[in-house]
Amino acid sequence: MNKNEIISALKTIIQPYSEETLALENIDENTDFIADLKINSANLVDIVLDIEEEFKIEIDNDSMAKMLTVKATVEIIDSKLNAGK
Amino acid sequence: MNSNRVVITGLGICAPNGTTIPEFTNAIKNGISGITHQPDLEALGFSCQIAGKPQLSEERIAQYFTPLELRNLNSTGIIYGVVAGLDAWKDAGLEKSDDEEPDWDSGTIFGTGTSGIDKFRWAINKIDDMEIRKLGSSVVIQTMASGVSAFISGKLGLGNQISTNSSACATGAESLLLAYERIKSGQAKRMLAGSTSDSGPYIWGGFDAMKVCTFKHNNEPEKGSRPMSLMASGFVPGSGAGALVLESLDSALARNANIYAEVLGGHLNSGGQRGTGTMTAPNPMAVQRCIQKAVENSGIQLHEIDVINGHLTATSKDALEIENWKIALGSSADNFPYINSLKGMIGHCISAAGSIECVASVLELNQDFIFPNINCEDVNPEITTLINKNRIPQTLIKKSFNILAKASFGFGDVNVCLILKKYTHE
Repeated sequence: MNKNEIISALKTIIQPYSEETLALENIDENTDFIADLKINSANLVDIVLDIEEEFKIEIDNDSMAKMLTVKATVEIIDSKLNAGK
Repeated sequence: MNSNRVVITGLGICAPNGTTIPEFTNAIKNGISGITHQPDLEALGFSCQIAGKPQLSEERIAQYFTPLELRNLNSTGIIYGVVAGLDAWKDAGLEKSDDEEPDWDSGTIFGTGTSGIDKFRWAINKIDDMEIRKLGSSVVIQTMASGVSAFISGKLGLGNQISTNSSACATGAESLLLAYERIKSGQAKRMLAGSTSDSGPYIWGGFDAMKVCTFKHNNEPEKGSRPMSLMASGFVPGSGAGALVLESLDSALARNANIYAEVLGGHLNSGGQRGTGTMTAPNPMAVQRCIQKAVENSGIQLHEIDVINGHLTATSKDALEIENWKIALGSSADNFPYINSLKGMIGHCISAAGSIECVASVLELNQDFIFPNINCEDVNPEITTLINKNRIPQTLIKKSFNILAKASFGFGDVNVCLILKKYTHE
């Protein structure tokens, strides 16, 4: 799965948590979950659970703490996906 | 010290026999039961397999919650409370506050006994299955006792006191009294008062095990809840929510609001589990004192009470309650006020009982009727030795009256009595 495919899947996961339709439409590596998408910080753990389910990976606490932007999140998903290979 | 008059300007309901004010009004006027057979209780081997549960479609619920909130929502009490609470606010002609600043003059006291018991069970099972991580963010907000008031206040943007009271079956009536006092003392202009109670086996199970619920009417649900009846054999569990917007008279008049009734005052106390009072039985001295103090605080005379909306759950305590009213009011068998119990139609809605019954009481005062008692055509002789049978209406009475007393009593030997008055635009 390449970076664009991960971002596209991520966009679908995030959609229910954000009411910022324009920012969501233009989501890219630089998008910040809280600053740009105005996601309630309490919901970040729910997004991580949805990511785990979608990508069939497990995300540890240290990685979870870093998942505040699309860039960091894609990198973590990518590394977990490739960890088993 | 401030001493504002307090009136009721909005009503919302989520009861087993009606989830809108028009539907509920029609149901209580016509003695329509909301008690039904519950297959889940039967499957789990409950002694009492009938209960009162509000009927809400998914489409209706979706009008009150966002899709994200609905995703993991597993708290019937929060659903009922939000539906009743938001409906009451709208009924009062009030709007949500704007997006930036809350409404500092409006708050809520919305009580409950427990919150999100189904969600709590789900979370406990996850934890025990070594899946703590899977709980996500929705467990705390649905299982904290104040979940219901937190959901309501966020949706409306309320900026005054936001709290959840809990005093067992007196919770609903207590929420009104606490809201009344806050407005009377000038600390708020408007308070959404109410209470809610979850549905289902996990909330009702403990009562079933205590053998305080009836097990004799599983095949005739609508006949099962029998306050004041000779055949009364325990209460039928219920659930739901009632909500009332309390407002200072000045605020209501200033915005030309529809006024349903006035809260003259009330009182709450405890029997301290002394004398014959226990964890589960009321101390008669405290009940009588509560009624008398409520009347005194309201500035009326004992004989001015026209109608009593009783606690009257359909246990052996019904006759004792009537004796307490009679002694407290100093009345005779013939001049005892009319008395009714909504529990014949909807069962005992536990922490929601008081608020649902207050909504019914306000409708009676406002629309000039006294709803019929159902399932007590065979009034218990212990009661008819105290008061004339004609004090217990068996059919709808259309009548304008002035003053209604509402009382609720709860485990822990706690009592609340409220005095409501018809509002006559004076």
